[in-house]
Amino acid sequence: MENRPLEYDYTVAKMFMLTTVLLGAVGMLIGVILASEMAFPGVNTMLGSLGLNEFTNFSRLRPLHTDSVIFGFTLSGIFATWYYVGQRVLKVSMAESKLLMFLGKMHFWLYILVVAAAVVSLFMGITSSKEYAEFEWPIDIAVVVVWVTWGLGIFGLIGIRRERSLYISIWYYIATFLGIAMLYLFNNMEIPTILATSPAGETGIGAWYHSVSMYSGTNDALVQWWYGHNAVAFGFTVPIVAMIYYFLPKESGQAVYSYKLSLLSFWGLMFVYLWAGGHHLLFSTVPDWMQTMGSVFSVVLILPSWGSAINMLLTMKGEWQQVATSPLIKFMVLASTFYMFSTLEGPIQAIKSVNAIAHFTDWIVGHVHDGTLGWVGFMIMAALFHMAPRVFKRELYSKSLMGTQFWIQTLGVVLYFTSMWIAGITQGMMWRAHDEYGNLAYSFIDTVTALHPYYTIRAVGGLLYLIGFFMFAYNIYKTMTSGRRVEESELQSASPMAA
Amino acid sequence: MDIFQLQGYAYFGLVTLMVVILYSYIYHLYSSEKKGTKDFEKYGNMALNDEIDDAPVEKISKDEKK
Ligand code: HEM
Ligand code: HEM
Repeated sequence: MENRPLEYDYTVAKMFMLTTVLLGAVGMLIGVILASEMAFPGVNTMLGSLGLNEFTNFSRLRPLHTDSVIFGFTLSGIFATWYYVGQRVLKVSMAESKLLMFLGKMHFWLYILVVAAAVVSLFMGITSSKEYAEFEWPIDIAVVVVWVTWGLGIFGLIGIRRERSLYISIWYYIATFLGIAMLYLFNNMEIPTILATSPAGETGIGAWYHSVSMYSGTNDALVQWWYGHNAVAFGFTVPIVAMIYYFLPKESGQAVYSYKLSLLSFWGLMFVYLWAGGHHLLFSTVPDWMQTMGSVFSVVLILPSWGSAINMLLTMKGEWQQVATSPLIKFMVLASTFYMFSTLEGPIQAIKSVNAIAHFTDWIVGHVHDGTLGWVGFMIMAALFHMAPRVFKRELYSKSLMGTQFWIQTLGVVLYFTSMWIAGITQGMMWRAHDEYGNLAYSFIDTVTALHPYYTIRAVGGLLYLIGFFMFAYNIYKTMTSGRRVEESELQSASPMAA
Repeated sequence: MDIFQLQGYAYFGLVTLMVVILYSYIYHLYSSEKKGTKDFEKYGNMALNDEIDDAPVEKISKDEKK
């Protein structure tokens, strides 16, 4: 024991890899069920004969989908990659500190407890009704504990590092930590109803776990979308950029194209993102100047977003043959392409006149999923593919399976967002169409009928993506259990994979 | 001037200030590299040479014990 050379310790990374795969599968399965319900409403009551309608209807399942893909799949992916990348670029092993190891494991198990509580409560229909912030106050408190534990782990590891400067990915992870901490706390300021007194003088209202937001009306909307938008920023963008800045250079063996540009984009992103939340509230009751600011900052946001994405594509300069030969590189290059795509689409939707058509329609849902499926999903899967041979010391099980998965999922994403574009714009145009006297040309059900084919296509696209995800899970599982054992020397850059 | 107008001006001022800071940062990045006082691009190697026994790009000087 004593003289064994020091190695990185991936125990905690492996644990979070497991939850990434499991919660991803659950969340996306629910996504496919939701999509089918919109195309075929009968699916809502599929378990009706068992008296379980309550648990399968759209409104009960929707928050389960969003929260399990965001706080389950994505967050686990963020944690898994942190416990991997963090050690490596700081050149310090978790095995060197018993305390950090303990914090890491505690972080994982507390996280599991929160996930269990969240899943059960949402299935029971217990919710605070704020999108992406549905958890009731007891869970919120537990979330804070999990987050602080992670933070202690981050700063602890940084404290004992050997590398003096922090690699750009570390900056992004720190920003994720600080950003979400601030947003989550402010948006979830709430008062348990049991402590409240109604104007009529009633006390002890409702169940012990229920709460009401401390904000109301327009203020509530503002805080909610300042949070909602930046949950996208610090959950779906910043940590995913952290991943790509490490995994793409490492896998391709090419140092990041311009380190200066990466620093610049970092500060640009931090500076601009926080002001753009107003674009979720265009034409609402928030002050006009705030809406305009939201629009303007959204357009400016293209610059730092593309700064990172272009930096990644240029990192591949002179090495484009790798895109053809390695499915792993394909995933990452497509991820950064989809990142450019959704960060161009978003600003367009944030222009007031476009938003007048797009808001409340499926176009928004299309935007959400080209970002999450194409960018977040692809990047997290690529990261796990890269990590698997290194944490299990085994060759990736199948390159051809990975390639097939890539094409199936790409087709799935394309079907998803194209159908939602057409559906969204159709919907937006039909809602506002009127005759010369100002009477609406269509009733709501007309739009529903018109959208049916596109909802069906979306469900098919989603199913393809889900199938691809199962292929991913299987590939990782087989790598872990039966991949060929590899030597350290094979793990320098491109990941070893069996045909 | 009521509070809302004041907020508007304060906001504008803050944004302007931050733009100035951001641009000075860009200037700092490029000029310090031109003058040769700093080399930012070498930090890219932190991702490539990340084995635990690889030499750090910049070592922490106190950390000689291990
Ligand atoms: C430059 C970057 C971006 C801008 C300016 C932007 C802008 C927008 C706009 C205008 C909306 C629609 C608001 C509405 O009318 O309801 C929206 C919604 C949304 N976007 Fe983006 N977007 C950007 C990037 C992204 C990325 C990269 C992702 C995810 C990976 C993403 C995820 C979302 C989500 C989840 C919503 C839906 C929120 C909801 O209504 O529940 N966005 N975005
Ligand atoms: C198999 C793939 C998936 C399918 C079929 C799917 C399907 C759906 C459906 C049907 C909705 C409801 C849309 C509505 O209310 O009209 C939805 C919402 C949402 N999904 Fe997914 N989803 C999938 C994967 C994902 C992933 C991987 C993520 C994130 C990492 C994600 C994030 C979201 C978000 C944030 C919303 C809320 C959007 C909004 O409020 O505008 N989804 N999804």
